[in-house]
Amino acid sequence: MSSQSYCFEAQACKPALFWTLLGAGGLVLLGTLYAFFTLEHHGHVLTGMDNQIVWGLPHVFAVFLIVAASGVLNVASIGSVFGKKMYKARAPLSGLLAIAMLAGGLAVLVLDLGRPERLIVAMTHYNFKSIFALNMIFYTGFFAIVALYLLTLMDRRLTPWSKPLGMLAFLWRLALTTATGSIFGFLVARAGYNSALYAPMFIIYSFAYGLAVFIIVQTVMYKWNEVEIDERILARLKNLLAVFVAAALYFTAVLHLTNLYYAKQWEFERFILLEGGIYPLLFWGGQVLLGGVLPLILIFSPASRHPASVFLAALLVVIGGHFQMYVTIIGGQAFPLDLFPGYAESSSFYDGVVHPYTPTIWELLLGLGGIAITFLITTVAVRVLNFMPKDDLKELEVELKPH
Amino acid sequence: MSDLQQRPQQEERRAFLKVGAVAAGSALAPGVLLFGAAQARAPEEPASDKVRWGMIIDVNKCADGCNDCVTACNAENGLTGATGRQDSQWIRKLNIRHLETGVQTSLPMLCQHCEHPPCVDVCPTGASMKRADGIVLVDRHTCIGCRYCMMACPYKARSFVHEPLTDQNPEVPRGKGCVESCTFCVQKLDRGENTTACVEACNAAGHKAMVFGDLNDPNSEIAQVLKTQKTTEVRADLRLNTAVRYQGI
Ligand code: SF4
Ligand code: SF4
Repeated sequence: MSSQSYCFEAQACKPALFWTLLGAGGLVLLGTLYAFFTLEHHGHVLTGMDNQIVWGLPHVFAVFLIVAASGVLNVASIGSVFGKKMYKARAPLSGLLAIAMLAGGLAVLVLDLGRPERLIVAMTHYNFKSIFALNMIFYTGFFAIVALYLLTLMDRRLTPWSKPLGMLAFLWRLALTTATGSIFGFLVARAGYNSALYAPMFIIYSFAYGLAVFIIVQTVMYKWNEVEIDERILARLKNLLAVFVAAALYFTAVLHLTNLYYAKQWEFERFILLEGGIYPLLFWGGQVLLGGVLPLILIFSPASRHPASVFLAALLVVIGGHFQMYVTIIGGQAFPLDLFPGYAESSSFYDGVVHPYTPTIWELLLGLGGIAITFLITTVAVRVLNFMPKDDLKELEVELKPH
Repeated sequence: MSDLQQRPQQEERRAFLKVGAVAAGSALAPGVLLFGAAQARAPEEPASDKVRWGMIIDVNKCADGCNDCVTACNAENGLTGATGRQDSQWIRKLNIRHLETGVQTSLPMLCQHCEHPPCVDVCPTGASMKRADGIVLVDRHTCIGCRYCMMACPYKARSFVHEPLTDQNPEVPRGKGCVESCTFCVQKLDRGENTTACVEACNAAGHKAMVFGDLNDPNSEIAQVLKTQKTTEVRADLRLNTAVRYQGI
């Protein structure tokens, strides 16, 4: 198996398909750029976002990518920090995906800014109190560390550095996801976000989303190269995914229960879980059922020995993750701020009413741009460099022995 | 009244963030200009921390259906007065009804010029800032339009400019893609007028529901009211020590 010849070695391998994929990704990105320049010219008036729903669909995609980016590095971490060979073989791909997704997510955030041309201002004027600015530092560091880590994995002379760098990347990533979760946890005034649980919950989510993305990309790469994945490796990955998905469900339940019992946020909970129109639907149907329960069923069903059903489970986790972000980000804003608890409020500024949100094509295009960037970086990188997981099955024999 | 001036920063998270910020700052970006936006005032007349501008609103005097403060604000600051979901509103009339007694009250709601403003805490670039005299402003030239401050403000005091603007008041720079909010008519204060357009309008209409002035000056009308009458902070539980206080709620 180790001497398998892969596509990146034989450059002529399926060039038509490669260029088609590249073209498709490029086309989406073109659409994104078109949306960007249109909004830059006309302003956000064209979008569905307003002074009540200030963060919209682009943020749903962006935050998903950023959170998944930190989570996908888990695969490398298990390899380098905990010394598992099977994961080590997957470390380069995991590092690549982390960088690609972070780039995609951050790009969307930047493209959605009211004054994107002032990015340089954002980079030179730091308010260190701002968790948002702190995030920027974490992201930049994340790029650097993961890039170095990738180098140590690819260049044999640097191999001794791979363990400490892997460790650093692992710790850095935890900090990064904590910081991303805190972006919401710090919004003390908003009923939906005022919980210290946001940071740990985002870490769990990141594990699930990251691994799901990893499984999707890996499955496609194996298929592309016409390589069969070892059944035991697949079983390991899918079991890990199941653990993460179950943990994410558990944390979601804890968040809502603590909101109900401790934080006295009945009104908000009733909104998001029962009466809030689209949001309970997206929560129960999208986040819980599609993104949690169904993947678990797929993973544990007898048919799940097949890569296709694991692939489908991972795909559902990713889709459910987007629903989760939608419910968290948009649902949290749709619920009105309560300025005077104990009073009914109304005003010309839409106080006291649930805020509707209908995203437009522009927001969708911005959001899809993040996926397109991730996709393009990944596709090109796996084409020109060696990111295909290569398992030395003899060596793995010990590790994979059923316990 | 003393609590309006300075209150020890009790919240641990702030202290924590500061430590973190200093550590991160010294480790990662030595020499970076920390608060590049903090000098918005004309150099010949620096804002002084001896002053803290504030406002008291007596809701019993505020007339139901009267919108004069809002109209005056729009005229002074060059806002159109449109109230669509994407239009800016710096001050709005808020109608509240007590859920048990059914008592109705109407009051103006605006930026509360918090002493510990969440909008300033979260702003990544420092565009949101608090002047020495307590006025919370957005620096038009450093705001990148990320809208995190709008997410953080507990009073929904901020608006995002969704469209290119025309016919601007040259004294009040605004711009597409930036966030804005009540400035306590900083242009008037800096001219030494010591009042705001909304307060003037309310007085002109004979309601006299708003008092504006220097909280730190013991002889000012506002300081006298604070000393002798009961006033409340909106969302006092958040401990932001707002400069706008209400009477009669
Ligand atoms: S009311 Fe809102 S915008 Fe005004 S200072 Fe406080 S947090 Fe900032
Ligand atoms: S929108 Fe402007 S003022 Fe508000 S947080 Fe972002 S950069 Fe700061």
